[in-house]
Amino acid sequence: MSTNILIHSTRFLVLLLAQIFLFNNIDFLGFVNPYVYILFILLYPVNSNQLLFLLLSFFLGISIDFFSDSGGIHAAACLVTAFIRPVILKFSFGVSYDYNNVKVSNTPFGSRLTYISFLVVIHHLVLFNLEVFNFNHTILILKSTLFSSIFTILLCMVFMILFSKRST
Amino acid sequence: MLQIINFFIRNKNFLLFLFLLAISLSLTIQSHSYHQSKFVHSANFVSGNLLSLKHEITGYFGLRKENKLLAEENNRLRNQLELFTEASSLSVRISDSLTEDIPYYYRTAEVINNNYSKTNNYLTLKSGRKQGIQSEMGVISSQGIIGIVDQVSENFSTVLSILNSKSSISVKLKKSGHFGSLVWDGKLPNTLQLIDIARLASISIGDTITTDGRSTIFPKGLPVGVISNFKLDQGENFYIIDVTLFNDMTKTEYVYIIENKKAEEIKELETTTKNEY
Repeated sequence: MSTNILIHSTRFLVLLLAQIFLFNNIDFLGFVNPYVYILFILLYPVNSNQLLFLLLSFFLGISIDFFSDSGGIHAAACLVTAFIRPVILKFSFGVSYDYNNVKVSNTPFGSRLTYISFLVVIHHLVLFNLEVFNFNHTILILKSTLFSSIFTILLCMVFMILFSKRST
Repeated sequence: MLQIINFFIRNKNFLLFLFLLAISLSLTIQSHSYHQSKFVHSANFVSGNLLSLKHEITGYFGLRKENKLLAEENNRLRNQLELFTEASSLSVRISDSLTEDIPYYYRTAEVINNNYSKTNNYLTLKSGRKQGIQSEMGVISSQGIIGIVDQVSENFSTVLSILNSKSSISVKLKKSGHFGSLVWDGKLPNTLQLIDIARLASISIGDTITTDGRSTIFPKGLPVGVISNFKLDQGENFYIIDVTLFNDMTKTEYVYIIENKKAEEIKELETTTKNEY
């Protein structure tokens, strides 16, 4: 249990720093940035206290906001993603799947991809809607969501595969 | 009573979610209205120091280009100085109190964080209240304008970039003197939009845009950019003009901060004038 706490707090810090110093500065094609810090929300144990999970997600988001001068957009996006996660879990791994024993890094590729894609797209949609905050720019919101989502999903899958052996 | 408590316990996750969502949304809405992002900004102790640590490392990568820009600027200033000394040796000195009367004071600052890919971009500077920086001072680079100081802490400050949907800077056409506002549509980081120029104004591609000195923030005549494209707006009364910037907003390492020593006096006068009506 204590090793679990250690793993998750290290992951929290490492992802936060990586996001601020590395992934916020990629600017692929001038505007596409991956938001890889969402891995913390994706990989958080499924059977844990939901209350703590919501609080941690909020703090992760607001920490990113502090560094990127963006008000509360990351906090809101993280919060929505964390809140909606149980639904997506049930949807992508099936109701019959005993989801108390799901370990995201050991699931079949197809359902894992669905799980990641849904959460990433929801997160990005909330994020860019709040960032632009103007319905006249719907095309811009959708474009940013699409490109950033593809980038984030790709990187999340790669990181999961890279780090899965060590964490099991 | 028990039922109410039970209700709270049963729905505690949802209530916490609503509570935190309300906090984050109010922070977002605050940050979307100018000069209200008082709590969440990168000019605080932790993020300021971490970002300057990052800049210690990444700052080395652009040094060659930065040196070239400095040399170019020195060259330009030398030429201006030459003109100035020649002119002053020919004519009689107009006033001896010239040096005391200079209304603008420049300070340099290091940029430790720079955004340009979002729709609301900010820069973070490694200078704050201790170095004499105050809110609402203008920020320029050697080639053009950067933005306006937003939040200030002891050692750091944030700058509302001109690449921000909240930014609006009053500029004019150098040739004809028509003035308008410079805003950003959130698309390209080197192209801004000049609006509120009446249809009567004669404009052509390649015309220079400068600051117009009507605000207390920027002095008159700072170069901003050139016209790259223009069209009439929907009402066909005003132009929407695309302006290509002289400076590269994506590569800004050192900036100048302009203090207008008469800003307070001007503002005071303006508010008293308003109050009389």
